[in-house]
Parts: sequence; C-alpha cells; structure tokens
Amino acid sequence: MTDLKPDLRQRPSDDRQATALPADLTARELGRWAWRQVTSMRTALVLLLLLALAAIPGSVIPQDNIDSLAVSQWRDNHPRLAPIWDRLDLFDVYGSVWFSAIYILLMISLVGCIIPRLFVYARALRAKPPRAPRHLSRLPESTSYTTDEAPDVVLARAARVVRARRFRVHHVEGEDAVAAERGHLREAGNLLFHLAVIVVLVGVAAGSLFGYKGGVILLNGDDYGFSNNLTQYDDFAPGALFDPDVMEPFSFSITDFDVDWLTEGSRAGMAREFVASLDYETEPGGETKSYDLKVNHPLTIGGTDVFLIGHGYAPVITIRDGEGEVAKSGPVVFLPTNAQTFESFGVVKAPFARPGQIGLEGAFYPTFSMGRDANGDLTMPSSIFGALGDPLISMSLWTGDLGLQDGSASSVYVLDKAGATQVTKANGQPFRMDLRPGESVTLPDDLGTVTFEGVQRWNKIQISRTPGKLVALAGVVLALLGLLGSLFVRPRRLWVRARRQDDGTTLVELGRLDRSSGGDPEDGAAELAEVVAALQDPTGPATTSSNKEEQS
Amino acid sequence: MTDAQWEVFSYQGVIAAAVLYFLAMLAYFVELASLRTATKEAELATVADRPAGASSAAGAAHPGDDPAEPSRRTQVAGRLGLVLTVFAVVVHLVALVARGLAADPNRVPWGNMYEFTISGTFVVALIFVLTAVRLDVEWLGPLVSTFVVAALMAAFLGLDDAVLPLPDALNSPWLVIHVVSAVISTGAFTIGALLSGLYLVKERSTATTGYLARVPEPKVLDRLSYRMHAFGFPVWTFAVLITGPIWAHQAWGAYWNWDPKEVWAFITWVVYAAYLHARATAGWRGRNAAVLALVGVATLWFNFIGINFFSSSSQHSYAEGARPERSVVLRLAGPVEATQEVGVVVGSDHPRA
Ligand code: HEM
Repeated sequence: MTDLKPDLRQRPSDDRQATALPADLTARELGRWAWRQVTSMRTALVLLLLLALAAIPGSVIPQDNIDSLAVSQWRDNHPRLAPIWDRLDLFDVYGSVWFSAIYILLMISLVGCIIPRLFVYARALRAKPPRAPRHLSRLPESTSYTTDEAPDVVLARAARVVRARRFRVHHVEGEDAVAAERGHLREAGNLLFHLAVIVVLVGVAAGSLFGYKGGVILLNGDDYGFSNNLTQYDDFAPGALFDPDVMEPFSFSITDFDVDWLTEGSRAGMAREFVASLDYETEPGGETKSYDLKVNHPLTIGGTDVFLIGHGYAPVITIRDGEGEVAKSGPVVFLPTNAQTFESFGVVKAPFARPGQIGLEGAFYPTFSMGRDANGDLTMPSSIFGALGDPLISMSLWTGDLGLQDGSASSVYVLDKAGATQVTKANGQPFRMDLRPGESVTLPDDLGTVTFEGVQRWNKIQISRTPGKLVALAGVVLALLGLLGSLFVRPRRLWVRARRQDDGTTLVELGRLDRSSGGDPEDGAAELAEVVAALQDPTGPATTSSNKEEQS
Repeated sequence: MTDAQWEVFSYQGVIAAAVLYFLAMLAYFVELASLRTATKEAELATVADRPAGASSAAGAAHPGDDPAEPSRRTQVAGRLGLVLTVFAVVVHLVALVARGLAADPNRVPWGNMYEFTISGTFVVALIFVLTAVRLDVEWLGPLVSTFVVAALMAAFLGLDDAVLPLPDALNSPWLVIHVVSAVISTGAFTIGALLSGLYLVKERSTATTGYLARVPEPKVLDRLSYRMHAFGFPVWTFAVLITGPIWAHQAWGAYWNWDPKEVWAFITWVVYAAYLHARATAGWRGRNAAVLALVGVATLWFNFIGINFFSSSSQHSYAEGARPERSVVLRLAGPVEATQEVGVVVGSDHPRA
C-alpha cells in the first residue's frame, strides 16, 4: 500500500502518540512533555496491560474481603511469607495502593485523552469534508471512467448521489471535485464509551464509599425478628463514608423456610430450592407484607436489598442446673461444617448454672448415621443427608470458668476453655451425651440435666445498600452503546473529480478512504462501484435520490 | 421421548456431529495434500520446462499448472469439507437442543463444563460457516474442524457429566442471557485467535506452496481477526459487565465480588481492550496486536478451564460433585477470630461466568 500523506491517513484518535523528549527543556516544556506521555495511546495501552497483570494475584492469593477463612488458613500455613504479603497488600489486592495507583493513573490518562478529543470532535463536526487530494488514484480504493458528459453535470450529479448515501457533501461551484464524508458517529461512540467508563467508576466508587453490606443469622419463627439498625447485625461492613442515618427503618421475620432436597441422581443430597417466607414492614407500625425470599429473588426495600444466602439448624436445648433451675432454654444456632450433609458444630453455655457453670460443645447431625469402613466396622459418626431424617446431637461437657463473667466479649460460637475442665465419666473417659429430640440426660457430678427439645431452623440473611449501582449499570450500558458505534460505524471520505481531457471526453475519478480500523477494501470497492453505477445512469438512482433529498 | 432417551439421543448427536467434523477435517486435509502435490507438480513442470527453453511465464500460462489456481480435485475436496461442516453444525444443534430436553425441568444446555464445551464448539463452527457464506474463508476450514474435533473429544473424555437440574442459583433468565453471550463471544474470540495465530505464522512465512500459500496475506488475516474481535468484544462486555453483575447481584447479593472467575473475565476484557488500542497505536499494529489477541484467548480459556483447578474459592466453580461447594463465609459478630468462621451454604455450586 502506498503510504498516504499523514494528514489523510491520520484518524482523530491518532493525534496523541508518545513523543521523544525534547532536547533542551524548560520546566514548562517538561511538564507538557510529561502530560503528553501520560495521555498518549501507548501509555493507555501499557496501563491497561498493567491493570490486567495486577489483577492476577487477587485470583490466586486468598483475599480478605472475599474469603477471610482461606486467608487465615493461608497465614497459618505460611507464617514467614504472611507478613511480607501483608506489607504488599496481597490479601487485599483490589483495595491496595498499587492497584489503585494503576487505575487512577489510567483514569487520569483517560480524562487527559478525552478532553482534547472532545474539542477536536466538536471542531470536526463543524468542519467541511476535506478537499480532494491531488492524486485520487493513489488512495487505497479508487476507480475512474470516462464519459461524454460535461464535468459540471457529472459533479452536480455526484453531489446528489453521495448526499443520498448520507454523506456530508462539500462542493463549491467551479471546483473540479466533490468532497464527501460520513461516519462521524464513530468518534462520538468512542468518546461516549470512554466517558462512560468514568461514569461506571463513579458509580462503583459511590457504592463502596457510601454503601454497606451486613449479615445476620435469624431464627425462623414469629418470635424472632430483625430490624434494620446497626446493633442487630452479626457482621457489618460499611463503606468509608457510610452514614448510619441512611439505613431504612424496615423490619422482618421469617415465618417459614422450605428446602427442596434432591433425593436421587449423582447429586442426591444436594439442596436445590430454598424459600424463606418473610413478613416485613417498611417502617415501624407500617403495613405488614409478605415476600418469598429465594436465591435469585431478593427483596428490595427502598435502596436496600435483602438476600437469602444461607441456612442451618438450631437445636432447642434446655439446661437445668444442679439446683433444678432452668439455666438455659431455647434454640442455639449451630453452624454447618459440611455443605452437603449439614453436619453442624455449636456450643451451648449456661454461665449462671449452679453449682458449676455448664458448657456444651459438639456436633449436630440432621440425619445421623455411624460411618463404616471397608470392613464394615463402625468409624466416625456422621450425617448422611441435609434434611432432618434422624436428628441427633452429640456433645461433650465442660465446667469451671467459661470466661463469661468478667465482662469481656466472647463469641457465642466458641467455648473458652482456658479456665474450664472437661467433665469425665467414672472411668476417666470424657463424658458424652448423644440425644435425639425429646431425650434428656442427667449430668455427672450433680451438675444438672440437659434436654434436647427439638430443632429450629435459621437463615443467614445478607442486607446491602449499594448506592451507585444504577449509575454503574447505566454507565456500562452507555459504554456498550458507544462501543457499538465506535466499532461498527465506518467513518469514510469519498471524492469525485471530473476533468475535461484533451480529447474532449471527461475523466471521472473516484477515491475513497476508510478511516476505521476494520475497513475492508471489498466493502469499499462495492461502495465505489455503486456510486459509479449511479453516476453513469443519469435517469436512475440520481433522480430518485434527489427526491429523497427533498423529502428529508 | 423420556429424559433418558433424550440424553442418549444428545450423546449420539454429539458423536455424529464429531464424526462429521472429523470427515470434514479429512476432506480439508485431502484438499491441502492435493494443493501441495499440485503446486509441487507445477513447480516441477516449470523447472522441467526451463531447460527446454520455455520461460517460466509460459509455463504458468497453462491454467492447470498455475499454483494460484487450485485443481478441480482440490476444489471438490474443499467444497466437501464445507458441506460436511454445515451438516455437522446442524446435527450439533440438534444434539444441543436434545441435551436441554434431557433435563428435568427442561433448560438451557449450560449447566456444566461438558455442556459449555459442546455449546462453545458449536458457536465456533457456526461462526465459521456463517463467515464462509459471505467471505472466502474456506482456508480456515482445516483449523476450525481440527479445533472442534479436538475440543469435542476432550469434552467427551474429560468433562462428561450427567444431566442434572440446575441448582437454585442458576435458575434465572439472566443465566440464559449471560451464558449465551459468554458462549458466543468465546466462539468469536477463538476464531479471532486462530486468525491472529495464522497472521503471525504467515507474516514470517515465505512459503509459496501448501497451506500457508493458500492463506491470504497478513493484512487480510489481521483485518478478519479484528472483525472477529470487534464482534466478540461488545458481546463479551455485555456478558461479563452487564448480565454477569445483574445476575450476581440477584444470586449472591453483590454485583461484583472479585471472585476468581470475575477477576479473569475482567482480565480478558482488559486484554482485549488493549488489543483494540494496539490496533490504533503506531508501533503496536500488526505483530503486537496479534500477540495480544493470543494472550486474550489464553486468559479466556484459562478462565474456563484452568481456574477451576487453580482456585477453590470461586463461587462459579462447576464442582463436579467431588469437591465441596464453595461456602458463603459468615463473618461472625464481635471479636471472633477469623479462624472461628465457619462456612454456611445456600446455593451450592454455581456455574462459570
Ligand atoms: C479504562 C481505560 C480504557 C479502556 C477500558 C478503553 C477501551 C477502549 C476500547 C474497548 C476501544 C475500542 C473501541 C474502538 O476501537 O473504537 C478503545 C479505543 C480507543 N481508546 Fe480507549 N480505553 C481506555 C483508555 C483510553 C485512554 C487513556 C486513551 C487515551 C490515551 C484511549 C484512547 C482511545 C482511542 C483514541 C481509541 C480509538 C482507537 C481507534 O480509533 O480504533 N483510551 N478504547
């Protein structure tokens, strides 16, 4: 391909290339040079690649805000590396300084790139299509023919023909060529796309700065309710600029919960459909409404979304102490340790029991079964199904100081054994109780009795408020629209020149320049051929096209 | 038909399609072979002519000897390859539909890796056929048919999985839209990568005979590759940056979690954005852009296959029953140690993006 003159070849997008450092520098020049580098295409390209590279570690190393359990395991397994990883923010890649640096630089580059291009674009919109280059035949797509018609006639028709093809046409009386251009929407789309990227970022930033995400484990039943304020959450992750006043004053309780378990097939035992029936009020004293909370079916109240994300069992346990008083009674949340069988772990504490504090720790099996090894000998107890087939709790007993009376906070899911001792049977073996619903056991050492009354369910509910999410969504949709314009609109120029030759005939030359990245000479040739056909047929399309012109 | 019959029917359909693709591949290879011998003969003819005093230009004047013009046999083989591919695509489609009908309740056939692979290869073949209708891309036939046959074999041998109802999290119309667009763009990117790979090879090649001689000049390859990417990129944007987040928001309560599948979908997106920039940047056009296209497709396929083995914490994993599903981690109230956190599960396994 012959090299075109740079002014022709140049696309609006090409105007920013990295340049060499000028030889003698004033501070001003240096600044200008640096700005040019930052806003050059090449820099954008390198920053994009850096961004892709920088995102990788976060997919390999466990991340604090995604899977903190995995992070702590990783820390335990790599005691030496962990501090180094910490210093490098590798457990929080997407919030790290270096990751932020890359995308902030990219945004600066983007803004620096977009603003001048907006001006260029505004100017180009008003500008007339550029004059025909001297040698149309040197364009990558060109053709010519001779005719007996006068040049003026040909050019006038040419102007009509290309205008009918939705080109912007520039034809000055007396000039030997018609210049035409179309496809400005490409650059508009490109600008829209890049601006929309900024909109997306603003939306995402708003969500992470002003939003929050929290979770709560809520027992099923009307007796247990949740109202939306900070104290009620089990976990709460606010954005940096979160203001508790924005929290909507709704409340709800879970009246019923249903699971559909697969009972056959290779994934038998897997749970499939979950429905939590919710009764909720959008504000205190408001009307009570019902909602079926399901996976993929969150409840939206104002700007807050309520999701069902987990479920489990809470055995109802009553502890009477040695003096016959009820020291503890009610459902206790056990946390599943196995996602399929819902074998769960939990602790029950009765710190005010007398004569001694009582702490229970152990497992709950929804469908209890003794495991068997290859020889058929009994091995470990386990649960074989997630539903309540044959529920059983199996707990060990602790007494002494359970660390609950010194006022320090402690988790309801762990037994502080530092000051406690495990209660043993007469033979020195640890005391264990295996209870099915309705069964009781008398504790050794006159500590009291434990009754397993039944099983309740609980749900893990996640509540989040993500303010900018619609802004972000609108941004991506705009970006997509811009992208379509940018990728599929073909900006192109077309010139028709007609000149009287020495022999009295007229030489008509046509040239076409496709300025898109995907320009295809075949399409170009087709377009040229159509224009030529229209030009050579004075009665045909040319007249109809002038009609069209009048209509529009 | 019962579900089980549909399932068997679908397997048979996939096998039949694979056999047809294989035959198409053979036809293409025959075409290549005869192309090679034809051009060899032409060369020999020219060489033999020379001592006799005939100029090579005269030798080339015999139409049959012109290396640029394939012989009839070659043409027939090439046509046959394309026709067989078209049949294969039709059978492939039937097998996909049957797979969906085999599930109870009926659903889209994108529940696991096997199903994703047979869908993805279908799109690759379909795009090839559709392009072949409009443009002369028959020379891509050998590559596409080989790729599809290999991928189908891998799907059959390595990824087979029973037809199962979708877990709850997957029961969403967004799944359909999300996965359809992911599959389509994966197909387009894959063909784009084949073209960019060809570009890199062709650019260095001086071959005047054989397959590479048949392939058009690098500029054409580059442009075709660009068109595939220009088609794939918006679709991919739609899949991973619009429908993916919408669905994630509904199913998991957050539209973007930086889960490994999401991270790699994002990486793929960024690499392809870089590719599009590269094509508009002096000094990066051509070679470097083609390399970026290959990097892009590598991240794409790594995301589909590799990440499942690499990282266990993806909510998207197609846990094949063997691996416990990813659990939603509970952050407990109060000063609880991270080690005391316990996983709780609702949605069981989730599909890939
Ligand atoms: C967040 C960062 C960015 C992303 C995701 C991005 C993405 C894209 C995409 C997908 C395209 C292809 C559309 C097309 O070909 O028209 C594109 C084109 C373009 N981008 Fe960016 N871009 C980013 C930053 C930048 C920056 C910082 C600059 C300025 C230096 C820039 C300048 C351009 C130009 C001039 C084009 C048009 C190329 C052409 O004419 O083919 N972009 N960008």
